[in-house]
Amino acid sequence: MTTETLVLIWFGLIAVLWIGYFILDGFDQGVGILLPFIGRDELRRRVMINTVGPVWDGNEVWLLVAGGATFAAFPLWYATMFSGYYLALFLILIALILRGVAFEYRGKRDCDSWRKRWDAAIFVGSVVPATLFGVAFGNVVGGSAIEPIATTLPAAGGNDLNFTGSFFSLLNPFSLTLGLMTMLVFTTHGAIFLALKTKGEVREAARSAGLRVGVVAAVVAVIALLWAQLYSGRVMVTLPMVLVAAVAFLGALFATWRGRDGWAFLLTSGTITLAVASLFVGLWPNVMVSSIDSAYNLTVYNASSQAYTLTVMTWVAVVMTPIVLIYQGWTYWVFRKRISTSMIPAASQSGRSDDRFAGLPKG
Amino acid sequence: MEALDLARWQFGITTVYHFLFVPLTIGGAFFVAGFQTAWVRTGNPRYLQLTQFFGKLFLINFAMGVVTGIVQEFQFGMNWSVYSRFVGDIFGAPLAMEGLLAFFLESTFLGLWIFGWDRLPKKVHLATIWVAAFGTLISAYFILAANAWMQHPVGYEIDSETGRAVLTSINDVLFQNTAVLAFFHTIFACFMTAGAAVAAIAGYKLMKGRQVEVFRPAVKASSVVILISAIGLSISGDIFSKIMVEQQPMKMAAAEALYETTAGAPFSVLSVGDLSGDDATRLIEIPGLLSWLSTGDSAAEVEGINNLQAEYEVLYGPGDYVPYVPVAYWSFRLMIGLGLVAALFALWSLWVFRRSRQPEPHSILSKVYVAFATVLVIFPLLGNSFGWIFTEMGRQPWIVFGLQQTADAVSPLVSATEIWISLVGFTLIYLVLAIIEVKLLLTFIRRGAPEDAAAVPYTDEVEDSRKSDDNELYFAY
Repeated sequence: MTTETLVLIWFGLIAVLWIGYFILDGFDQGVGILLPFIGRDELRRRVMINTVGPVWDGNEVWLLVAGGATFAAFPLWYATMFSGYYLALFLILIALILRGVAFEYRGKRDCDSWRKRWDAAIFVGSVVPATLFGVAFGNVVGGSAIEPIATTLPAAGGNDLNFTGSFFSLLNPFSLTLGLMTMLVFTTHGAIFLALKTKGEVREAARSAGLRVGVVAAVVAVIALLWAQLYSGRVMVTLPMVLVAAVAFLGALFATWRGRDGWAFLLTSGTITLAVASLFVGLWPNVMVSSIDSAYNLTVYNASSQAYTLTVMTWVAVVMTPIVLIYQGWTYWVFRKRISTSMIPAASQSGRSDDRFAGLPKG
Repeated sequence: MEALDLARWQFGITTVYHFLFVPLTIGGAFFVAGFQTAWVRTGNPRYLQLTQFFGKLFLINFAMGVVTGIVQEFQFGMNWSVYSRFVGDIFGAPLAMEGLLAFFLESTFLGLWIFGWDRLPKKVHLATIWVAAFGTLISAYFILAANAWMQHPVGYEIDSETGRAVLTSINDVLFQNTAVLAFFHTIFACFMTAGAAVAAIAGYKLMKGRQVEVFRPAVKASSVVILISAIGLSISGDIFSKIMVEQQPMKMAAAEALYETTAGAPFSVLSVGDLSGDDATRLIEIPGLLSWLSTGDSAAEVEGINNLQAEYEVLYGPGDYVPYVPVAYWSFRLMIGLGLVAALFALWSLWVFRRSRQPEPHSILSKVYVAFATVLVIFPLLGNSFGWIFTEMGRQPWIVFGLQQTADAVSPLVSATEIWISLVGFTLIYLVLAIIEVKLLLTFIRRGAPEDAAAVPYTDEVEDSRKSDDNELYFAY
C-alpha cells in the first residue's frame, strides 16, 4: 500500500477510536455527571454506578488505544499535542484517576462521608474530561498557536513544530463552546443509557433528565457544529453530516419521550459518530491546525510514521479490532438486564457481616 | 530545578509508583485464577473463600494499577516530546499493540469476572479470570519490548533527512534477546511479589489461628511459587546480566563500581565510603566472581568505568558517559538482596507449617513470624523498584542507548512551572491514594475470608425459578 493510502487508513482509524471512546466513555461520564442530580438517595446512586460498573474500564481503554495509535501512526501529532496541551491533559489525567479509583473504592467502607467524597470524585472525574476533550478538539480543529522552534532534531518533516501558546489560550470561545457541547451531549447520552439500563424510579428520572438536558444540548451542539463549519476543509460534506447529526439527536429526544430507550441510545450514538466524524472530515489532511500560519499545520503527511510501521500496525488493527468489538459486544449482552433499586444487595460489599461480604443473595 | 530535572523526577515517581501495582496485578491474577480453578475442580468451598478473599485484595490493587497506567501512556508525549518524535515510528508500535491486544482484554474480562458471578456459567466465569491474567502477560511483553528497545535499539535506521529513527524490522524489536530476557526476569519478579503478599497474609492468618483451614493451602502454594520464582529470577538474571555486559558494559561496570578494567575481577558484596571514585573500602569481596558472572570465566577481563568512558568519547564525542555510580551499585545489590530474603522467608514458611503443623497463636515463634511477614510484603516491591531504578539510571546519560541523550529528549516548551504543578499534583494524589489503598487492604485482610461462600448463583447451576429478572445482584458496587 502507498503511504497516501496508509495515512488515510490511520487517520480514519484514529477517528474511529475517538468515536468509540466518546460513545462508550461518553455515557460513563454522562452517568457520572448526573450522579448528584438523579442519585438522590444511596440506592439510586448505587443503581447508577452499577449500570456502568462492569464496562467503564473497558470503555476507557478506547482512550488509551487512541493515544497509543496516535503515537504509533502520527508521532509528531502525539508529541506536539500532548506536550502543547500539557496542563489540560494533566487535569484530564487527575480526573480519570479519581473517577477510576472512586468506582472501585466507594463501596468498600460503610460510611456516609466516605461515599460522599467518592461521589464527588466521580462527578469531577466525569465533568472535567467530558468538557476538556471538547476543548482540546476545538483547538485541534479551530487552530492553536503552532510554529517552528529549534529542537535537537533536524527541522525536516515537521520535527520543529511546537505549540507556543499558554494553557489559557486554549480556552478560546470556539473551543469552550465545543467543550460545553461535549459535556452536555455526553450528559444526555448518559441519561439515555441510564434509562436503557434501569427500571422504575431511576429510569423515570433519567428520561426526564435526558429530555431537559437534551434540549439545551441540542441548541449548544447546533451552534458549536455550525461554528465548526468555518474551519471545515470541505463544508459540502461536513454540513450535511452535521445536519443529520442534529436530526438524529432530536430523534433521540423524541424516542426518549416515547419511552423507546434502545432507539434513543442508538440515535445519540449516531449523533456522536456523525459529529466527531464531521470534525475529522473537515480537518483532513491536517491533524493539528496552526492559528499562526497554515504552513505550520501538522498534517497526515508531515506527522506520520513511515510506510513500514503503518503497514505493520494496519495488520494488527485489521486482525484485532473485530475481535475486540466481538468480546466487548458480548460483555454488553451478558450485562443486558435492566437494574432497579430492588435488585441492589441491601448491604454493599463492605457490609460488616461476612456473608454479606460474599454478597450471597437471600434464598 | 530545571525543567529537565523536574521531568525526570516526575517520570521516576509516576513510573516507580505505577510499578508497585503492576507486579501484584500480574502475579495476583494468576493466584486468583489458580484458587478459582481449584474451587471449580474440587468443589471444596475453602478455595472459593480464597478466591473471593484474594480477589477482593487483587481488585483494590488493580484499580490503582489502571489509573496510574493512564499517566504512563500520556507522559511520553507530555514531557518527552522530542523523544516521542525521535522514536515514535518504533516505540509507538508496541504501545499501540499493547492497547489493542492486552488492555482491552484485561479490562473487559475483569469486568466480566467482577460482575459476572450470577451472569455466566461456572466454567465461563472461571475462564474470564484466566483470560484477564493472560492479558496482563501480553501487556507486560509489549511494554518490556518497548523498553528493551531503549536499552538496546535494534531493527531501525536513522532517517538522514529528519534525524528520526525509523523501523526496519518489527520482529527484531519484538523478539530481540533483551526483550525476551527482560520479560522472563520481570514476570518471575511479579510472581515472587504476589507470592510474597499471599504468603505473608496467609501465614499471618495461620499464626493468629484464624481460618486456619482456609489459609493453609495458600501458604504452601505461595511459598512454592516464591521459590520457583527465585530460581527463575537467578537464572534469567544471570543470562540477562551477561547480555547487558555486552550491550551496556558501562551499566554493569557501574553496578560494581569497577573503575579500572580488571582481569579476574572480584564481586563486591558490600562496601563503605564514596563510590563516585575508586577509593571506597570494599568490605566483602568474592575473588573472580564478577568475571565469572559477566563472562562465565573467572579469570576473564571485565571493562572498567574509566576505560569505557574513554572508549565512548571516541565513539560518541566528548561528554560524560558515566551513570551515577552509587545508585547503580546499591540498587543492584538491593534488588538481589531483597529477593533473596523473600526466598528465605518462603523456605521458613514451608518449614514452620510443614505437615499441618500449627504453632501456638501467642508463642514467640508466632510473633517473630508475623513481624517478618509484615515487613516481607514490602521487600519484593522494593526489590522491583530498585531493579527498575538500576535499569533506567544505569543507562544514563542515554534515553535510547547510543542514540539519544535524556537531556535532548525533554519537551522544549513545557516550563518548569508547568512541571512543578503536575509533579506536585501527581505526587500528592498518589500519596493520598496510597494511604487509602493500604488502609483498605488492611481492613479486608483483617476481615478475613467470607464464611459460607458455597452458593454462587452461576447461570448453569441455579434452578430456572431463580432466574427471574428481579433477583438481587450477586455483586454490586
